[in-house]
Amino acid sequence: MSARELFSFRNPHTRTAVSVTAFVFLLSALIGFVLLPLAQPHLQLAGLWDAICSAAGVPRGVASTAAPPAEPTSKVVLTSATLAHPSQQSIGRGATLAQRCAICHGPTGISRADSPNLAGQYAAVIYKELADFRSGARVNAVMTPFATNLTDQEIADLAAYYAYLPRLPAFHPEPPRAPGTIVVYGAPSRGIAPCGSCHGSLDNKTGSPWLEGQSAVYLKAQLEAFASGQRRNDISAQMRNIARAMTSAEIEEAAAYYASQPAEVVKAVE
Amino acid sequence: MLVNRRLILAHFWLAFAVFGLALLLGAWQMFVRSPLHTWLSNPEWYYRSLTAHGTVMGYVFPTLVAMGFGYAIAESSLQQRLIGVRWAWTGYGLLAIGAVMAMVPVALGRASVLYTFYPPLIGNAFYYIGVVLVVVGSWVWVALMSVNLYAWKKAHPGEVVPLPMFANVAGSYLWAWTAVGAALELLFQIIPVALGLKSTIDAGLARVFFSWTLHAIVYFWLIPSYIAYYTIVPRAIGGRLYSDTMARISFILFLVVAMPIGIHHVFADPMVGAGFKFVHSAFTALVAVPTLLTVFTICASVEIASRLRGGRGAFGWVRALPWDNPIMLAVTFSFVMLGFGGAGGLINMSYQLNTTIHNTQWITGHFHLIFGGAIVIMYFAIAYDLWPHLTGRALTDLRLMRTQLWLWFIGMIVTTFPWHYVGILGMPRRMAYYDYTNPALAPEAIQVTISVIGAVILVISGALFLTVLIRGQRTPQADSGPYRFSVALHPPTSLPAVLNSHGLWIALMIALTITNYGFPILNLAARSGTSVPAVYVGAQ
Repeated sequence: MSARELFSFRNPHTRTAVSVTAFVFLLSALIGFVLLPLAQPHLQLAGLWDAICSAAGVPRGVASTAAPPAEPTSKVVLTSATLAHPSQQSIGRGATLAQRCAICHGPTGISRADSPNLAGQYAAVIYKELADFRSGARVNAVMTPFATNLTDQEIADLAAYYAYLPRLPAFHPEPPRAPGTIVVYGAPSRGIAPCGSCHGSLDNKTGSPWLEGQSAVYLKAQLEAFASGQRRNDISAQMRNIARAMTSAEIEEAAAYYASQPAEVVKAVE
Repeated sequence: MLVNRRLILAHFWLAFAVFGLALLLGAWQMFVRSPLHTWLSNPEWYYRSLTAHGTVMGYVFPTLVAMGFGYAIAESSLQQRLIGVRWAWTGYGLLAIGAVMAMVPVALGRASVLYTFYPPLIGNAFYYIGVVLVVVGSWVWVALMSVNLYAWKKAHPGEVVPLPMFANVAGSYLWAWTAVGAALELLFQIIPVALGLKSTIDAGLARVFFSWTLHAIVYFWLIPSYIAYYTIVPRAIGGRLYSDTMARISFILFLVVAMPIGIHHVFADPMVGAGFKFVHSAFTALVAVPTLLTVFTICASVEIASRLRGGRGAFGWVRALPWDNPIMLAVTFSFVMLGFGGAGGLINMSYQLNTTIHNTQWITGHFHLIFGGAIVIMYFAIAYDLWPHLTGRALTDLRLMRTQLWLWFIGMIVTTFPWHYVGILGMPRRMAYYDYTNPALAPEAIQVTISVIGAVILVISGALFLTVLIRGQRTPQADSGPYRFSVALHPPTSLPAVLNSHGLWIALMIALTITNYGFPILNLAARSGTSVPAVYVGAQ
């Protein structure tokens, strides 16, 4: 029973085992790589080798037939490392640049005019929205001209500055409301995830803005813009799909809930 | 000749203790996502519990059972002292430390990624490092099984390797090779991202690596149960093993065809070519062969036992079986669940039928029926059979043992049958709650409620199981004699080399892994632009 005897084709058992295994593999490969691809009428194959390559999963160099989008789409790639650990210089430059934002977004980053509160907003969110205004993926008569001439560095500095500011109570805070069904549970049967699972209350996900204390008018207007397709800078249409499926009562409920939430205790940025 | 009883008992006790805890989590999950509970206001709790349940039941519990049973087999079937006892304790320690290290971040909600990891979702690095330690601890066992068999062969040249050890070592080699897939995924893909060294991950490649592990791991879980079918059941019911050769053929077939089939788990994924999916589907069909051989051989062995007890007639012998024997009950229940679960498995492996049930509750029902049912009920049988030899005290309460096995069987059927059914209705898996007020989902509510009742029965059965074992540690001392395995009807006196060694089958296992996985892995690894940003659990 030496190893040489075991691994020799003179051993009838070895011969049988190896042949049967090879036969099963070759037969299934013949069916899977040749017969089945050739039997598919919708696969336009150039021949045997093309059939084998197609079944093996080799990219086949077919030109993309998808039409280019009619409107510019967001090209910002966000990870949780985007803009982490900004320098003090970056925050300082951002503070200077932010003077031109203060007329709408407030000198402390808290708006008195139903514009978004920016103080304490996640850096990734500010970064993405400014980049989208600049590229035209998001359009607003007031914001677009401001963003058009910003450099990458200026956008990053503004993001770092607003993320650094403490979260303050909204300008005219209402008493906090209890979270409604749409915030806590969403509507699973309509494919609506809970608002709170990305935007705060339950959890926060990379790239989702912090909504607590934002103006109800602003939140409602954005949900309606997503629903109508007027705003389209959400990656993979995540918010458009959700907002389209929401009822107007749910939009009101979500906007009123987040508007009434007090600012969290100041978060520190090292 | 069981010498290192404390070592073996330590493995079994840790296994069953964590099993008890994870069983409670499982029942809680069944309850909160049923219509009996209002929706969880924070679904994160559900995924946290699910990760803990899966990690313990998938990685820790069966590995400990296989290891403890493996040491018992090495000592009692080879009739020699275990070589490397210190190493064995080291492996046990690594496994225990790894399990705790993995569970701490899960309990803190920092690693709710489910036990199948799901990149690009990335949790706390300690979770993955803990899982790696569990695997490394089990590899110590793999090496020890190999060393002990080698030493025995040196001392007994040309003799037939006892069947339990032959099967046990086959199982250990299968595990050593199948764990490589998840190890590659963890070490080269996930852990660098979890540690912050990289921020992107090739999720498609990671899923292919995981499929390498994910299917064959089931056969690693299953092999202790199959060893029990062949080497415990015939002896325990007073019969003979019908064919020793058939048993060996079954185990080597598992070694060869359990590995190159995992891609049937990613039938719906676009990154693998349809040709490879077909080849894996064909090999998955083949894995039914060793199970069918086993069912035949064990039924024949059981018939021998009945005829020896005076059973007569074409079917009348069934009545003459020792139905009051817990092992007889366990193997019967196990076969019934294996039959239903196996039939469901044939649907999963079929390329077209799979599309109907892919990612539905059918799949969860399926693997609970096979693993939680057919396999775990044999773990109970193994524990009942070994316990008197490990503790030196008799297990006296046969009625409680029978009740426990009945409840496990009934509980598992009541849990998993409706679970399969709602899957066919299209209920997706991995969700924390369902809107049962929706007319489309309303018919599923009653089924899910029935499942919860099954889960409660399972918890009761689990508690009874632990009660039997704890009581077994307190009864008066009684000598149970040496631990023996079944004797074959025709005990082999000499065997061809292929049935007495593993080399050829390991070579075929590796060869088929290369043919069936080599190209898909290289194709994905060599392509650029396939990585996506990692999504860190709890990151903002």
